[in-house]
Amino acid sequence: MALKLASIFFTMILVDNYVLAKFLGICPFLGVSKKLDSAVGMSLAVTFVMVMATAATWPIYTLILAPEWAVGTARDLGYLQTIVFILIIAILVQLLENFLKKFIPALYKALGVYLPLITTNCTILGVTILNLDNGYNFIESIVCAAGAGIGFLVAMVLFSGVRRRVEQAIVPECFKGLPITLVAAAMTSLSFMGFGGIVTAIFGV
Amino acid sequence: MSNSKMKILTNGILNENPVLRLVLGTCPTLAVTTMASNGIGMGLAATFVLICSNIVISALRKIIPDQVRIPCYITVIAGFVTLVQMIVKAYVPSLDKALGVYLPLIVVNCIILGRAEMFASKNGVLDSALDGLGMGIGFTITLTIMGSIREILGSGTWMAGLGGLIPALGSDFAIRVIPESIDSFSLMTSAPGGFFVFGVLMAGATWLTTRPKKEKAAAPAETAEGGNA
Repeated sequence: MALKLASIFFTMILVDNYVLAKFLGICPFLGVSKKLDSAVGMSLAVTFVMVMATAATWPIYTLILAPEWAVGTARDLGYLQTIVFILIIAILVQLLENFLKKFIPALYKALGVYLPLITTNCTILGVTILNLDNGYNFIESIVCAAGAGIGFLVAMVLFSGVRRRVEQAIVPECFKGLPITLVAAAMTSLSFMGFGGIVTAIFGV
Repeated sequence: MSNSKMKILTNGILNENPVLRLVLGTCPTLAVTTMASNGIGMGLAATFVLICSNIVISALRKIIPDQVRIPCYITVIAGFVTLVQMIVKAYVPSLDKALGVYLPLIVVNCIILGRAEMFASKNGVLDSALDGLGMGIGFTITLTIMGSIREILGSGTWMAGLGGLIPALGSDFAIRVIPESIDSFSLMTSAPGGFFVFGVLMAGATWLTTRPKKEKAAAPAETAEGGNA
């Protein structure tokens, strides 16, 4: 069990990294990775919301929307997944914002500006849907969400370093700004491909 | 059709191309374009959602209170995405499999929410529908071009899987561009190739749209900086 959880966790960070291998959350990856501290702040907020969202959506889907006895009958509300999940995430982010503002102002100050952006961050909706598609149980889903968040953090931190160098490089006029950043992202993603198979080799799961 | 209506329609194709100039909706752009036919399918699905949600949001723009507009927009969009998901699952199961999780993720595609916020909430129903159509065409064309480049270089074929969209072509339809005897450049269909082709295409679009300006005056070239996070 522990072995499987560890394998899921590290697979999400290294092999199936959401940003570099699955192309989820590219907007914040390109928009917020200019400075290291904002990259870290955004990633922590994303990780936090991801785990919370998984903890909320998994029981709602498996117990209310599509419980085992209802699959295949008229009571199967699985098709409402998208609309219900996005609303849960939106509410959760709003609640979190109010909660932090009132009780942990220091954390709110650090993460506050990133919170509203997170609702439309596709990693959150992506991880909640993929957990169910993969048939993970509750604990596996939470671990997977945490791994996805840490993977996002790793990608953001690494890339903000790459980006500092790229900004100073002299490139053709039309490549300035985002195009050269994307080419740099291609190189970063290429280096992550080197991790392919490493987790299976270590954990043997 | 009057001139201004035509302008709204063509705006999305190059000048305000959602992907290459406004840098919205990058996630599906990178993820599904391993094959040209997936690009077409994704583009059409997003266009449908874009037109419908633009129409509904524009019609409701005086009723929706300003403070809760974003949740309202998301609910409308999510409703149409669920509709598309059901249609695709029923009629084009091969596309459903190819697009996977990116089909429900149209909900959080920034193009759709972005156009709702920037255009549909301020303009009439007809203009909003045209804007949705123009943006959708721009999105579909970009995805198809990118998918074509990646598919031709990466697997040597073109339009493989189109049979799923048009049943008359048969399920194993594909145009072979590079002969099988030449090893394909498979990196193009994996993640790094996506970033690379996207970067080069974006540079191309910047070059195309800013080039005439540079000759006329020393106006600073507009760069597609930032994204919308």
